[in-house]
Amino acid sequence: MAELNSLDPRVLRLDLKKIEDGDVATNTHLITYEVFHQEKRGKQAVHAGVVHASTPDMALVMAKETFGRRGKTAAIWVVKTSEIYTLASEDEDMFETTPEKLHREPGFYKVRDRIEAYQKRTAVPQQ
Amino acid sequence: MEATKELLYKMADDALIIGHRNSEWTGIGPMLEEDLAFSSMAQDKIGHAFALYNILHTAFGEADPDTLAFKRSEKDFRSAQFLELPIGEYDFSLIRHFLFDHAEHLRYDSLAQSTFQPLAQLAKKVKGEIKYHVMHADTFLKQLGKGSEESHARLQSAINYSWPYALGVFEPGAHEAELISTGTFIGEEALKDLWLARVTPIIEAAGFSVPATTQEQVVYGGRKGFHSEHLASLLAEMTEVTNIDIDAEW
Repeated sequence: MAELNSLDPRVLRLDLKKIEDGDVATNTHLITYEVFHQEKRGKQAVHAGVVHASTPDMALVMAKETFGRRGKTAAIWVVKTSEIYTLASEDEDMFETTPEKLHREPGFYKVRDRIEAYQKRTAVPQQ
Repeated sequence: MEATKELLYKMADDALIIGHRNSEWTGIGPMLEEDLAFSSMAQDKIGHAFALYNILHTAFGEADPDTLAFKRSEKDFRSAQFLELPIGEYDFSLIRHFLFDHAEHLRYDSLAQSTFQPLAQLAKKVKGEIKYHVMHADTFLKQLGKGSEESHARLQSAINYSWPYALGVFEPGAHEAELISTGTFIGEEALKDLWLARVTPIIEAAGFSVPATTQEQVVYGGRKGFHSEHLASLLAEMTEVTNIDIDAEW
């Protein structure tokens, strides 16, 4: 392994020799948790990011300061990254034409109704 | 009045010194998330120190918080010697955080009922912050207790080393009886009993043991202004900027 030199104290602390044994590099002692942040009770919990931790308890303790140290917080949720299921990225094409389907936008109908009502009101009666 | 001042000074000095010490981990914490968490808690401690110095300033006419923090000499500090010890390895810093923050948690808890209103109000205000500090410490202790042989051995040595210093936090002051009779504070002896009853089961549940300690081993002195060689160097570093430019604006 190439020798790495860094002035960053965090890098020096990693004990690079151990990386070859797969200790730190593979993070076998830590897994990732996805963090969700709720600003106010009743509001949606919004995905905020990821923390490394060994247990859900540790993940919550880490998430509190990593994602809850600024602004308002009502609650923090954590879930193991491995518990998140997702559609494959190559299936993104399933959504390709969605932006064109304006009839699925709630605003579409409101505006449509108003336009029709206006047209009715202002229509010149047929001779 | 002298009694309340004594209480405020030791609490403020404890918070300032441990806040400064723990901030030394900023940038070199064991992992990014913990670096942030430990630094945030260190900032909280500095905030507590500011609030306490501010009570001394507004209620007792002492100097302003900056002057009290930066312009007093070592012998004027009433912080326990435990808090001035260098950060050492992370095992020691974690155990100190665990032992001291539980003492602080119980101290503020009891002060929520203090007849001295400014302290009672502050106790209510910082309740949530300190609740997190002890949750953080407890979670680490529990986790490292069931970690590797090395994590277990390191934490047990840190507990053994810290214990006589931690008991020194409860060094009685000159005005204990007055603080108790006026309902200002429950007193150090009562606080120590609450603390032992709180931390002992947590330590044991995590798989560690509490070392036997004789009264002679307990490290007193800090509350009377006697400190180890470590406080002077800490203060020299902490006051470096003010000593160069006293009017520096941040």
